[in-house]
Amino acid sequence: MPAYLIRRFAFLVLSLVVALVVIFVLLRLLPGDPANALLSVNATPEQIAAARAQVGSDRPLAEQFATWAGQMLRFDLGESYISGLPVLPEVLARLQITLPLTVLGFLLALAIALVAGVAAAVGSNRWYGTLLNGFAQVGIAIPVFWIGIILVWVFALQLGMLPSGGFPRDDWEAPGDALTALTLPIITIAVVMSASLTRYVRAATLDVLGSGYLRTARAGGAGMAQALWRHGVRNGSVPVIAILGIELSTTLLGAVVIESVFTLPGLGNMLLDAIAQHDYPNIQGILVVSTLFVLLVGFAADIAQRLVDPRLRLSVSGNR
Amino acid sequence: MKRQLALTATIAAAALVLTGCSGGGSAGDEGGADATINIGSLYEPQNLSNTGGGGQGVTEALSGNVYEGLYKLTDDGEVEPLLAADDEVSEDGLTYTITLRDDVEFHSGDPLTAADVKSSVEAVTAEDSQSARKSSLDVIDAIETPDEHTVVFTLSQRSISFIYNLSYVSIVNDAATDLKTSVDGTGPYTLDEWKRGSTLSLTRWDDYWGDPAKNAEVVFHYFTDATSQNNALISGQIDIITSVQSPDALSQFDGNDDYVVNDGSSTTKELLAFNDRVEPFDNALVRKAVYSAIDREKLLNSIWGDYGQLIGSMVPPTDPWYVDLSDVNPYDPELAKDELAEAGYADGFSFTLDTPSYDPHPAVAEFLKSELAKVGITVEINTITADEWYTKVFQDRDFEATLQEHVNDRDVVWYGNPDFYWGYDNADVQKWVAEAEQAKTTDEQTELLTKVNRQIAEDAASVWLYLYPQIVVAASDVSGYPVNGLNSQFYAYDIVKK
Repeated sequence: MPAYLIRRFAFLVLSLVVALVVIFVLLRLLPGDPANALLSVNATPEQIAAARAQVGSDRPLAEQFATWAGQMLRFDLGESYISGLPVLPEVLARLQITLPLTVLGFLLALAIALVAGVAAAVGSNRWYGTLLNGFAQVGIAIPVFWIGIILVWVFALQLGMLPSGGFPRDDWEAPGDALTALTLPIITIAVVMSASLTRYVRAATLDVLGSGYLRTARAGGAGMAQALWRHGVRNGSVPVIAILGIELSTTLLGAVVIESVFTLPGLGNMLLDAIAQHDYPNIQGILVVSTLFVLLVGFAADIAQRLVDPRLRLSVSGNR
Repeated sequence: MKRQLALTATIAAAALVLTGCSGGGSAGDEGGADATINIGSLYEPQNLSNTGGGGQGVTEALSGNVYEGLYKLTDDGEVEPLLAADDEVSEDGLTYTITLRDDVEFHSGDPLTAADVKSSVEAVTAEDSQSARKSSLDVIDAIETPDEHTVVFTLSQRSISFIYNLSYVSIVNDAATDLKTSVDGTGPYTLDEWKRGSTLSLTRWDDYWGDPAKNAEVVFHYFTDATSQNNALISGQIDIITSVQSPDALSQFDGNDDYVVNDGSSTTKELLAFNDRVEPFDNALVRKAVYSAIDREKLLNSIWGDYGQLIGSMVPPTDPWYVDLSDVNPYDPELAKDELAEAGYADGFSFTLDTPSYDPHPAVAEFLKSELAKVGITVEINTITADEWYTKVFQDRDFEATLQEHVNDRDVVWYGNPDFYWGYDNADVQKWVAEAEQAKTTDEQTELLTKVNRQIAEDAASVWLYLYPQIVVAASDVSGYPVNGLNSQFYAYDIVKK
């Protein structure tokens, strides 16, 4: 296990380095000049030159990258071209919305999926199993923003129960208001994410149900629920954990879309603004932080999988 | 995890009950002088600096509210003294002596002095200034401050619009630092808090020198799309939308007693701008033919319904030199064909139209393409981002024709600059524009710019497709808000809520 940990961590670092290069290069391939964001249609040539000097876009690419990579090593994400503010505190402030939205949405989706998935598998020959599976199929096809728009229309505009968007000015100092503001977005994410999760849980449960060890356990006198709990959950959770890592990252992407539907001042809206304004330091900062999130989740999922399933541990150490 | 979920569900349910009754109607409960006015806007500032690239959001939220100028541009387009108590112009029109009010303090407590005015004007004209007004104040040769409350401007030549241009300069405490993230002005509100991506709130300042604001607090709520903004008005989270950018949503407010739709005067013009330097657009006849081939009324109607207005030149009705020129190049496809034939393009031609990717330009481009096809002109639509537009069209002038909205008032004078991106080059127009700026009276200025106005229309220097409407939608229990949005400003101090 320690050897695996070290190798897995080295891979994490390497992935991050590659991601940094890709992020930087891709952004520079965009047409236009970040300095343009600072200028009006009445700008003089001197103003244009001054703006280019200010954002550093008049310097060679290699030099720009070296400067940026140097900052990264010091955990410094730089300063926004547009607002002049340091990027990191801004990103962290925005995470106060995006992270709870992602995590709570994901947990709710997981709760729905566990119940619906197991029920769908156990009842795969019954009407409710077919119905649940049908819902999951349809759910996967529905775009996340569409659910958001429908929920706003029903709960905010027609019923007036929840706000149509926005976040309280006091942030989490008013936890009730903050949760109220996040309720519809969280439900939106949960509905969409639970659809695909339900299908994974259902498939894993069906595998378990058809397995020899479960039949053996039942032959040994265990009831269905007891057999599933003692033998099924652990075996069934191995493939699901691998998927969870990927799905949690997908949820973060969903949060980005959802923030714009609900006008939440999170990371997603910050990213959209930054792209519209060609604010390279902000775009890079957000991408670096979200890439780090995805890599860490993947890392955690791999480790968790090994902890749950001793066979994976054995096979790896046995090979070396 | 289960417990956490249960807790979340309980809190959410409680919150549901608590908020259940607040939907509909207007935001907040307090009215009168203690009211909070919630304003929805699509233009969040990029930073708080007027001269450092803050964008139109700074003007909207801060001008007149937090910052004040020596003069102010009223919602009707008049220029009135604000921080200036008195002004005197020398006989030759080159020296302006302005006396400041002596009862004005900045929010920080520092008194307003001539030095503050000097440094504020210099910030606009500084080399690294990103102010759109920079070039209009280039005429200043020197600024002197003989005493605490007197500023003397010496100009290099007469400038009839000098006072008007000064109305765009926010006076900032010269001791203030870091204007991108903080403010120190003299206006009726102080900046309370700016939550990026969300809200910017202003609080009434009790030590204000003039009449106090009629409301206690103003909160600008920023939206990235119009639909969420409309939803917020319907669900009562905001009271006013400063500028509606698409007519689709208006049907839900029009004819509904809970809302008022204000159709004000705009200065934003939608242009089909030719590169007048390149063939075939260097020929005025071709430009006129294109103009006459386009049914502008149908275009405006398809984009804005019953709102907006047709114009025949760069001048909106709120500029003093406006005359109705919408018939100079009438919609007449037969005339267009004749003009094309006369210009030697009887079989038509084709050109590339650089089209910014944001609304309404793509829709306008499609419309133009189908209209021009009817007279034999093939339009190749090239969609580009705002950013590319800036590099390709504005800086490099590497284009044949493009679409662009021009938002400023009194900007017909750009046709007097042959180096501007559209490259319109007419010696008479250049002379009139220069003379107008040096005119001794506003009558003389108006007469000269009216001539400019007519000439560019005759020459079809560009195609002025239509004037955008300026639509403010508000809950019917608020009043006193500006409706014309000149120069994107939004004075909030007279807004009252019942």
